[in-house]
Amino acid sequence: MIQLTNVTAGYPGKTVLRNVTLSLPEKGAVAMMAPSGFGKTTLLRVLAGLLKPQSGTISGLENKKIAFLFQEDRLLPWLTAEKNVSIVSSAEKARFWLNAMEIGDPAQYPHEMSGGMQRRVALARAMAFGGGLLLLDEPFKGMDEALRARIAARVKDQFPLTVLSVHDQEEAELMGASILRLDQMMNQH
Amino acid sequence: MKKLFRRLLIGAFWMVVWWAIALAVGLPKLLPGPPETVEALFRLAGTAAFWRGVGLTMLRVALGYLLAVLTGTAFAAVCWRFKGVDALLSPLRTVIKATPVSSFILLVWLWLQRAHVPVFISFLMVLPIIWTAVQEALGAVDGNLKEMTNMYRFSRWQKMRYLYAPSVKPAFMAAALTGLGFAWKSGIAAEVIALTPDSVGKHLSDAKNYLEYPDLFAWTLTVILLSMLLEGLLKAAARRGKGAKK
Repeated sequence: MIQLTNVTAGYPGKTVLRNVTLSLPEKGAVAMMAPSGFGKTTLLRVLAGLLKPQSGTISGLENKKIAFLFQEDRLLPWLTAEKNVSIVSSAEKARFWLNAMEIGDPAQYPHEMSGGMQRRVALARAMAFGGGLLLLDEPFKGMDEALRARIAARVKDQFPLTVLSVHDQEEAELMGASILRLDQMMNQH
Repeated sequence: MKKLFRRLLIGAFWMVVWWAIALAVGLPKLLPGPPETVEALFRLAGTAAFWRGVGLTMLRVALGYLLAVLTGTAFAAVCWRFKGVDALLSPLRTVIKATPVSSFILLVWLWLQRAHVPVFISFLMVLPIIWTAVQEALGAVDGNLKEMTNMYRFSRWQKMRYLYAPSVKPAFMAAALTGLGFAWKSGIAAEVIALTPDSVGKHLSDAKNYLEYPDLFAWTLTVILLSMLLEGLLKAAARRGKGAKK
């Protein structure tokens, strides 16, 4: 179980999360919901180990391999979609996940793709990387309703634990995730 | 094709301007026009000394240039990685940049063999250009992409190959092109002052001393044409590298 106790985190001159205490299950999916600015991305970055809390403790993340779909796609612009994914996994896995993400031409470079396609390549990279924890920051950005449903069905249950930030309840339901209202939790403090 | 035609037309325009000035002055021994210069060039090109001079000058400049590219890149990487080394070495870079090339030529002329002076001068002039450009480019590598490569556990080699090298490449290529012009000009200046045997610079100097101005113009034209050729070759190599990658 991942346990955050009284975690305060943020950036120089700006504290975003204040005294957050929460437990995440070993298995399943948890969807964080909150209006912008309530620290969904910050919490994901804390879980990814990219942001050190200013105070508080975190346990249960030791030696865990974490795949993180960042808020931005962060694809290497000089590599094809296929290479962007195979660089973190095997070529076979890369092909499988690019196909699952409905990328028709994996030989394309990011600048040749639409925003939605780039998002799916970044998602394919996270899926192909694998691990014990999947962190998804607004994974369905730029996808229409039907595509979102198909992609969610393929991503769901692939990792022991998935933590994601979403904008609406429907996205959480597609992933079969329990909802964590970060804004309500923060207001309690 | 249209671009080439336009370039030729512009070249022809300036050739006519040069010719008109030469005719107006009316002293072909002191200000030769295009016919006298081309004639001198053909005469010189028929001698073995011309080709030996051209070949050895190109070799010296190329050697200094390549050493500078390698050393400049290595210095940039080390200075970017270790701030202490950067603080220690950056005054050296500032001094090299600020010192006139003629001062360096006169200084090293005392210490090195004549044949080695142009190599060292070309090296010295290109070194800070590559060093500065690569170090700045390394400092400007996208932080988001760096974070991504850490998160996805890229090996050191993968980071170098897929993040840093492509990020630095545009700045490196621009500096390499600028540096080539500097290497060429400073190398020949060093040959002129150091009177390097079997060199374009020595032939330039001789032509001036014997008041053989058509020869002086012919050698200068050779320098310009070779500079354009080298720049063209480097640009073509860069384009080929880009094409091969895609």
